[in-house]
Amino acid sequence: MSAQAPSAAGPPPAEQQQGQDRKALSEGARQERRLGWLLCAPAVIVMLAVTAYPIGYAVYLSLQRYDLRFPGQAKFIGLSNYGVVLSSSYWWDAFWVTVFITGVSVAIELVLGMGLALVMHRTIFWRGTVRTSVLIPYGIVTVVAAYSWQYAWTPQLGYLAGLLPSGSAPLTEQWPALWLIVLAEVWKTTPFMALLLLAGLALVPEETLRAAMVDGASPWQRFTKVMLPLMKPAILVALLFRTLDAFRIFDNIYILTSGAHGTGSVSILGYDNLFTALNLGIGSTISVLIFICVAIIAFAFVKLFGAAAPGAEVKR
Amino acid sequence: MAEIVLSGVTKRFPDGSLAVQGVDLDIADGEFVILVGPSGCGKSTTLNMIAGLEDITEGTLSIGDRVVNDLPPKDRDIAMVFQSYALYPHLSVRENMGFPLRLAKVDKATVNQKVEEAARVLDLSEFLDRRPAALSGGQRQRVAMGRAIVRDPKAFLMDEPLSNLDAKLRVQMRTQIARLQRRLGTTTVYVTHDQTEAMTLGDRVVVMRLGVVQQVGTPAQLYDLPRNLFVAGFIGSPAMNFLNATVEGSILHSALGDLPLDDRTRQALERQNAPREVIVGLRPEAFEDAALAHDAHGPVITATIDVLESLGSDVYVYFTQEGGPAQSAELEELATDSGLKDTGAGGVQQVVARLDAATRAREGQPLDMRVDMSKAHVFDPRTGTNLSHPENAG
Amino acid sequence: MAAVGRSHAVRWGVLNVAVVLYALFPVWWIIALSFKDPSTLTDGDYIPRQWTWENYRGIFQTSEFTRALINSIGIALISTTIAVVLGTMAAYAVARLRFPGKGLLIGMSLLIAMFPPISLVSPLFNIERILGIFDTWIGLIIPYMTFSLPLAIYTLSAFFREIPWDLEKAAKVDGATPAQAFRLVIAPLAAPGVFTTAILVFIFCWNDFLFAISLTSTNRARTVPAAIAFFTGSSQFEQPTGSIAAAAVVITVPIIIFVLFFQRRIVAGLTSGAVKG
Repeated sequence: MSAQAPSAAGPPPAEQQQGQDRKALSEGARQERRLGWLLCAPAVIVMLAVTAYPIGYAVYLSLQRYDLRFPGQAKFIGLSNYGVVLSSSYWWDAFWVTVFITGVSVAIELVLGMGLALVMHRTIFWRGTVRTSVLIPYGIVTVVAAYSWQYAWTPQLGYLAGLLPSGSAPLTEQWPALWLIVLAEVWKTTPFMALLLLAGLALVPEETLRAAMVDGASPWQRFTKVMLPLMKPAILVALLFRTLDAFRIFDNIYILTSGAHGTGSVSILGYDNLFTALNLGIGSTISVLIFICVAIIAFAFVKLFGAAAPGAEVKR
Repeated sequence: MAEIVLSGVTKRFPDGSLAVQGVDLDIADGEFVILVGPSGCGKSTTLNMIAGLEDITEGTLSIGDRVVNDLPPKDRDIAMVFQSYALYPHLSVRENMGFPLRLAKVDKATVNQKVEEAARVLDLSEFLDRRPAALSGGQRQRVAMGRAIVRDPKAFLMDEPLSNLDAKLRVQMRTQIARLQRRLGTTTVYVTHDQTEAMTLGDRVVVMRLGVVQQVGTPAQLYDLPRNLFVAGFIGSPAMNFLNATVEGSILHSALGDLPLDDRTRQALERQNAPREVIVGLRPEAFEDAALAHDAHGPVITATIDVLESLGSDVYVYFTQEGGPAQSAELEELATDSGLKDTGAGGVQQVVARLDAATRAREGQPLDMRVDMSKAHVFDPRTGTNLSHPENAG
Repeated sequence: MAAVGRSHAVRWGVLNVAVVLYALFPVWWIIALSFKDPSTLTDGDYIPRQWTWENYRGIFQTSEFTRALINSIGIALISTTIAVVLGTMAAYAVARLRFPGKGLLIGMSLLIAMFPPISLVSPLFNIERILGIFDTWIGLIIPYMTFSLPLAIYTLSAFFREIPWDLEKAAKVDGATPAQAFRLVIAPLAAPGVFTTAILVFIFCWNDFLFAISLTSTNRARTVPAAIAFFTGSSQFEQPTGSIAAAAVVITVPIIIFVLFFQRRIVAGLTSGAVKG
């Protein structure tokens, strides 16, 4: 180590303390620190460069009148894009459609996912087969699944459409179409929910359940009074993940209805403004608004339920 | 083989806390030394510093005449057995045991020969091609030992190597380790929190507390001449009884009654200007059923027996005394460490005595017991020093 | 006793069958569609009356599909490799080293895991056009690897945390240099975790649709999910249903293979990162 005088930025005032601190941070610890930063740096740089910078750029774009058909006429117009979007019925229709899809599908997924998780956890045979098949909806490309559903509901083509009264085309009417979107979303993502819940189930000690059994708890009581409270952290994490994910819904709607007949989500609206209307200003405004919505949801989860963010073990 | 010398070895963690403070220790070539103490006493940190797995903040460490402070573990020529055994799960038993030799670029034939020899010694020959996962706890422990001995290192370092085994196996392996060490004559440093292990295995035992060495000595020295309250309370099972007492001339007033000090102890106390309030320590075997000890001398006390445990060869009797347990920081720590703190024994002082199997003691009945005051220890409650054996201090 | 056991078994059997049917029915439907010839396409049958490879032959003869398939594979593989390499480095630091700013890194990855991709589409669209990487592989690799980094960091650090680090110490004492300890002990133990993470990241990249349709405009970089959405029938009046079904099956095959062979690992990987908290 060099015997140089401490730099002007030396933190603690007491000299002796300072000497001790410098010694305490041994060569090994300092190396560890440096290595830690070095190893994280590329990931951090990539993540910042590809998200923080563009979202900042999106905020900047959202303050412009910027129509791609007339790129020369871009002009700073303050918050008026926000005024336009927030006072338009398109935004609010899409917003409520998104809220509806998010709320309903997450609720169904939670119940269904819990059932699936219990089956995967408790079944006495075929456990591998059940888990394997459950993973397929998770892994399958959303677009593929969406086409499967679309064809299933297309009159004359699909097996499910055949079950409906002839002449009905559910994907062309708002409410039936919304429910079908929810169905497709639920099918695709329930397995993920179930797997997260399954991991939570694994945290419930078998002995605690036995103890409850001996104490005279019925199966339902064991589920509600023992399992659910113990699984609470896993449930909250699963809900948080799925809520945020559902709020961004795009693929299923794009394939199933293209957002027609009042089924467009906010993501669809943003996409359309960008690529159909070619309005970069308005599109960016919608992007920023969606980002704010997602941030509010995440914040609410953490605040209201104390949902432990995954990776929060550092603090625990 | 080599001697290991620690002088003024200190470990300070980045947060500024001292884990080990100025440890001086000379370990002779071929000696079996035990580091013992409650969790957090710095024994494992000391061992890790000897291994080179942790930096030494201050002081020097030499192995075989060479200062090794800055040598990485691989250049120290030591072998280590971990509490978790740290067997490589992806390698077979043979590959695990041969791993250090392979790293040292020993040729294949020699590696094989050495591994097989070690396997024979440790009774592992039939498991050589299995993976660790397919072995029982005891077998895994032996593989870890095998990996250490194949190298014929300068020293063995063992970090609680037996604490993951069940009680019976632990005793078995204990003797096996002792036998092996004697046969190989390799310098060994062994860390444990189990005082029985420490007493039965070591040539010398180092008792540590809060990063500071309390006493170094043979098991007998630690047992008969503990330097302070902590060592006295830590070594021995059941533990020494501690009672508050007041010295008045040559009499100790205690909850057990008035106990006359023997001349040697009285003189020692006078020489050191001992305080009036002291803690008196009596090992369970300092008591004897008065009806059986005709020719012994010493005061007789009477107590009502609460619980009687017969071990066949001896009988332990438990009785309580009013007056509250003796208080000191060191005793507090011992109680916390052994979990006694939570047993709700507060308020009264429990005393245990070891009596001859021929005793007539009955639960719920009073019993006269004679106390051998030559075995009594007197401690300063503030410093914890053993006042009755000043020759041992320092 | 036996009767109880049997009714128990029957109950679980029924439940299991229900779960398997739930999971596989839509998949079967699209497979069935892909093997129907145009004349029976609209019969609504679950099993094709006349099996035909015609749809598959059709799509593999168009560069529209083959080019997209190459794009999909190449882009997903490259993104996965980069994300796993960067993720491994960061996850090793998170799981193993003490350094200030670790919490910040974890928080940042969490934020990005929750980030709505649509919010990035408009700025990225513009930035990439300015940089000239719009409609190129790089243009898709960049968002893919970024959005899969949090996934990679979480799963990998969960895996790394399970490696007993006593082994590293043991290797050092056994005479290994840090490099040897890593190569001979840590790497073989970390490999399954890295592999699992790679599968999860690959699935993630393979799956994306939004970036694929937003940041491409020709089949230079368009991946299969996006390409499918632009399929047209061989004539203006014909729906490309058969082709879409066949293409859909082709890109589903790798996923099914992964799932079949690595089911246990994928479950472990998906759940490890999320529950530890």
